[in-house]
Amino acid sequence: MSSQAAFTAALLDIRQPCPEGLCSANGADPASRFAVYRNNVQGSLINALADAYPVVRQLVGDEFFRAMAAVHVQTSAPHSPLMSGYGADLADFIEGFEPASSLPYLADVARLERLRTVAYHAADAHPLGHEQIAAALADPQSLDGLCITLHPSTHLLDSAFAVVAIWAAHQTDMTLAEIDPNQGQCALVLRNGLEVEVFSLDRGAFTFIRNVHNGQPLGQALACAPTFDIAQTLALLISHVAIIRLHHDKVLP
Amino acid sequence: MTTSYEPAFPGTQAASVELPPRAGLGLKTGHFKQVLGSRPDIGFFEVHAENYMVDGGPFHHFLGLIREQYPLSLHGVGLSIGTEGKLDATHLLRLAELIERYQPQAFSEHLAWSSHGPVFLNDLLPLAYDAPTLDRVCAHIGQVQDTLKRPMLLENPATYLAFQRSTLDETDFISEVIRRTGCGLLLDVNNLYVSCINHQRDPLAYLDALPLQAVGEIHLAGFAEDSDSLGDRLLIDDHGAPIDLAVLALYRQALERVGPVATLIERDNQVPAFNVLLAEAHQADALLLSAGRST
Repeated sequence: MSSQAAFTAALLDIRQPCPEGLCSANGADPASRFAVYRNNVQGSLINALADAYPVVRQLVGDEFFRAMAAVHVQTSAPHSPLMSGYGADLADFIEGFEPASSLPYLADVARLERLRTVAYHAADAHPLGHEQIAAALADPQSLDGLCITLHPSTHLLDSAFAVVAIWAAHQTDMTLAEIDPNQGQCALVLRNGLEVEVFSLDRGAFTFIRNVHNGQPLGQALACAPTFDIAQTLALLISHVAIIRLHHDKVLP
Repeated sequence: MTTSYEPAFPGTQAASVELPPRAGLGLKTGHFKQVLGSRPDIGFFEVHAENYMVDGGPFHHFLGLIREQYPLSLHGVGLSIGTEGKLDATHLLRLAELIERYQPQAFSEHLAWSSHGPVFLNDLLPLAYDAPTLDRVCAHIGQVQDTLKRPMLLENPATYLAFQRSTLDETDFISEVIRRTGCGLLLDVNNLYVSCINHQRDPLAYLDALPLQAVGEIHLAGFAEDSDSLGDRLLIDDHGAPIDLAVLALYRQALERVGPVATLIERDNQVPAFNVLLAEAHQADALLLSAGRST
């Protein structure tokens, strides 16, 4: 095994002994100095996860979170120097992490926090002006074939739990006492200017936006969604500058 | 002092090709709005390159606005110059794109490794100082400079242990890398002090053994204290405290030797209010000013 391979293995697996071939000028046990690197690596990765998942951390407490993150670090070290992407799979890990099973909504809260990070760093795009949108929507004849391109920061999450309410309660002094965590919620995440916003949608609006986001023209997106208030949903997308392009699907004869 | 401070040096326009010989600060996301709102008198800002390798959003928005008004130092923490394997070509291209976008006055990286195979360890790890490592580090720096079409600055490391197979002193290793590749030296005075205490070297002798004519930037920071198995002082470069007095004294010695040079105050943990960092920068500026008068 190469020197850096042995170093890497011993940094990540705290049960392994200090690598061979190391020394200290004062004759101190190299293990006591290797421990600094191990603490740096473990600590920085756990801190990165703690910073990326503040609500998950609050839900389980700092001590539990750090212990859980330490287990995740052992099995999922970063594979890129771009640390903004680290922890993208934490939600899947939480789902299988038995000690957290008493909080069944925890994995979906992690998914929502991850989508917020992704939205924060998503590509920039110029929103379409209100006049252009109004003009495109004014012609009822062509509405069915109209396709909407949403801002690159737009993401959706369909949860069996009250993820938006749980997340929102942690942005204020609200307590979880007023929330039924088993009341499923559909979340819309987008970046409006420099701020990431989170909305709870009803099932129909969620399905419609998902269909539109997948490239379906308005007519089809509407027909495949349960009943909802289309005017209110479009108004939400327009007022939060989520629409960046409108175009007509080429219908083949 | 923070409001009445007079610009002491000319040539601090954002468009100049070199960092001005003044104090700079690491740009923290929590300080974006304050910097743009108060336009502090600071020689330059430094950012970690990897933090800005994202598609869009607030990071690029604010760095773009701040870059219009200040010189910029781009500091890499993820290139893994000392890796046993190949450099990550994709990462190097991302770096080239970032440099093209922001036209920083300086780009620097560390004499260290941080990746092995696909794994990124998010720390600056130590190297054995021997002939094969020297060849490899020089080849990697050559590749970086060829790709970026500019010389880079190499930072001397803070280390906590040594390798039995090392055959060169750290200062000889660094001198040879600089001689062979033509890269500059980012003299991290805190790292120098931390390493000298940890390896029982005399900091002034270490300083004098470095190729000081190649210094293009200086870093100053604070350290934490621990102890090893013998109970000896073990200093840890954690960027989490004000600059230590011993490091400031060494900084004066460095300025006497190299004259005024762009000096960054690094603070990555326990980041205090912006004005506290600004006061540390002005303290360094005063030392830079007197170094300029005496040379």
